[in-house]
Amino acid sequence: MVDANASYVRREMLPAQPAPIATSNVVGWIRVNLLATPKDIVLTILALAALAAVVPPALNWLFIQASWFGSDRSVCATVVQGGIQPDGWKGACWAFVKDRFVQFIFGRFPLDERWRPTLVIIMLIALLAPMLIPKVPRKGLNALVLFIVFPIVAFFLLHGNVFGLERVETPLWGGLMVTLILSFIGIGVSFPLGILLALGRRSKMPVIKTLCVTFIEVIRGVPLITVLFMANVMLPLFLPVGWTIDNLLRALVAVALFTSAYMAEVIRGGLQAIPKGQSEGADSLGLGYWQKMRLIVLPQAIKLVIPGIVNTFIGLFKDTSLVSIIGMFDFLNIVRLNFTDTTWITPVTPITGLIFAGFIYWLFCFSMSRYSAFMERHLDTAHKR
Amino acid sequence: MTDHAIRVSSHKGEPRVSPIYDPKVRSIFFQILTAVIVVLVTWSISHNVSVNLARANIASGYSFLAGRSGFDIGFAMISYSSDSTYGDALLVGLINTILVAITGIFTATIIGFMIGIGRLSRNWLIAKLCTVYVEVFRNIPPLLVIFFWYSGVLSSLPQVRDSLNLPFSMFLNNRGLAFPKPLWGDGAYLILVAFLVAVIATLAIAMWAKQRQMRTGKQFHTIWAGAGLIVGLPLLTFLALGAPLSFDYPIAGRFNLSGGSVIAPEFVALYLALSFYTAAFIAEIIRAGIRGVAKGQSEASFALGLQPSTTTRLVVIPQAMRIIIPPLTSQYLNLTKNSSLGVAIGFPELVSTGGTTMNQTGQAVEVISIWLVVYLTISIVTSLFMNWFNAKMALVER
Repeated sequence: MVDANASYVRREMLPAQPAPIATSNVVGWIRVNLLATPKDIVLTILALAALAAVVPPALNWLFIQASWFGSDRSVCATVVQGGIQPDGWKGACWAFVKDRFVQFIFGRFPLDERWRPTLVIIMLIALLAPMLIPKVPRKGLNALVLFIVFPIVAFFLLHGNVFGLERVETPLWGGLMVTLILSFIGIGVSFPLGILLALGRRSKMPVIKTLCVTFIEVIRGVPLITVLFMANVMLPLFLPVGWTIDNLLRALVAVALFTSAYMAEVIRGGLQAIPKGQSEGADSLGLGYWQKMRLIVLPQAIKLVIPGIVNTFIGLFKDTSLVSIIGMFDFLNIVRLNFTDTTWITPVTPITGLIFAGFIYWLFCFSMSRYSAFMERHLDTAHKR
Repeated sequence: MTDHAIRVSSHKGEPRVSPIYDPKVRSIFFQILTAVIVVLVTWSISHNVSVNLARANIASGYSFLAGRSGFDIGFAMISYSSDSTYGDALLVGLINTILVAITGIFTATIIGFMIGIGRLSRNWLIAKLCTVYVEVFRNIPPLLVIFFWYSGVLSSLPQVRDSLNLPFSMFLNNRGLAFPKPLWGDGAYLILVAFLVAVIATLAIAMWAKQRQMRTGKQFHTIWAGAGLIVGLPLLTFLALGAPLSFDYPIAGRFNLSGGSVIAPEFVALYLALSFYTAAFIAEIIRAGIRGVAKGQSEASFALGLQPSTTTRLVVIPQAMRIIIPPLTSQYLNLTKNSSLGVAIGFPELVSTGGTTMNQTGQAVEVISIWLVVYLTISIVTSLFMNWFNAKMALVER
């Protein structure tokens, strides 16, 4: 069968091939990931040049030149500006952040009463941590305490006027505290409201469907600022003569309604992804509408859209900064208020304050998105083949 | 299912299901209940509003729009002074909103495309840098980005006296960017006409080229021909007319610059902030779209002998666009809506001029209704256009 003399049969040994280019060591990794093609080489050089131009001055500004200690503007101002720094000095003014840190958190909350918001934050952490760790049992009880009992207790603790606590009006609330209150209540209200709106939008009853569609589409079509203005200016007009409504409550209503429209669309996406058979199966078991939704459809639908829900929460957290436009002192606004204060006003204070505020917002939002990625993996029980 | 049970039982002549459990009866009952509640709430709200307005001595209606506004606007594209009407002020605001939205969308799309493709790069450094960009900008509030540009960067520019001299007689200082103002001579409108003619001709060439490609398979360099027309024709007209263009140069005085045009720092801050912020979201959409095209598509394209660049242009991008367009539309709308944040730094867009009008006249309900109508119209028009574009790009299935 085999013709050993065929012309295509090689008779001599081939010379040994050179060893393949290593890709696993450091040099190989650099070659593959940074210098694969001429274009890559150019891009890498450009990126390195940009990094070299930006990073050292930024680090220098942020840390090395930065002014860390001091109690007024002189430590962050040059001699010409009335400070102690040499001419041409430029650096971050962390002394300002350190000096005003407590105010950033509590706003203008009375000094003697600040143990109250501190206690609320400790309670929040104590209730939230077991809620977020999947292994801790009794989630139902925990949720009940966190979303029903805790807000009531927190309200009385912060507002006072009961049990001999001094009354603290909401205009004195401020800082990160208000941002967290707005986000927490916003999340707590918009999630169930969003579910109801999503169910209403998919309802077969024309009246309810029209109402939900109109609400969702109108809210999603306009900016949050107009909704905030509406709540701020028109809500008092809507109420009978003599009724007043608290400023913080107006902002809360606006933020919660605004977010619930977006939440409704996210949840509707999840509901649409659930096969009809699930719903029919529930019907054939004799479950009523609410039982069917609560036990069969919603758990599957919500699990599917966790990333979307968390993105809406992140959006809500970021959007709370807009309440500064209607004159409330949330975290961002209290930072801005402080860097225009004459005690600290210098050319570098605003940018330092904004970088600090940006870092805090980033920290919260980034942790939320990381947690959602973790939850997604944790709950991904089905559809694995 | 319950329907079925009822029908069976009614055949026998003795309905065993009471109307309370009949889904149809229940549905009608709940709808009537909802409608009644909605009507009652609406009635009570409108009643309260009219009572409250009467107490505050505010006449409702839109006649205030014709009144003299009495406030100045620093950045107006149409002629506006404090003697203009409130209606003019709102129009100036609307034009500024649209201006910042269009320029912002343009820039955000370009940055977003670059960052999105950069994140998919095999170059580790580029991919990581783009990831850092996205993760930073997605996780901070847009308002903070606006303040960062406004009070952090633009305010630290030099004062008017020490303006930075840029090439072409441009000056940069903390009151904005001053640049030579073009003064068009006679017949300059012909240049615009030539530009429009070139655009129409390019569209015609594109249609003809597509038909010819369908018929014969021959390709035509529409992009080069179109670019040549759109740049060349106005340029030729310009030269043929004897270059009817002169400039009003800004001149640095002791305290102020005179002459020229100035782009206000508020506009620059808002425009840059919205562009950079939205670009992070657009980048994620682009990345998801390109990764959403099945790998087999580009492999099949390589198997047919297409170059990588041709594969990207003719196989990957058209399919990715189908995934990209719907979320991209909502990002464009988000940018337009976020332009209302200009009110925080005093950029005179719709919410800002409307807010001033509201404070001066007290016509809260009317101003807010104008806002709602304008923003909803912008949303609907954009959605309709993008839906049309999407339908055009969508996969034509058998």
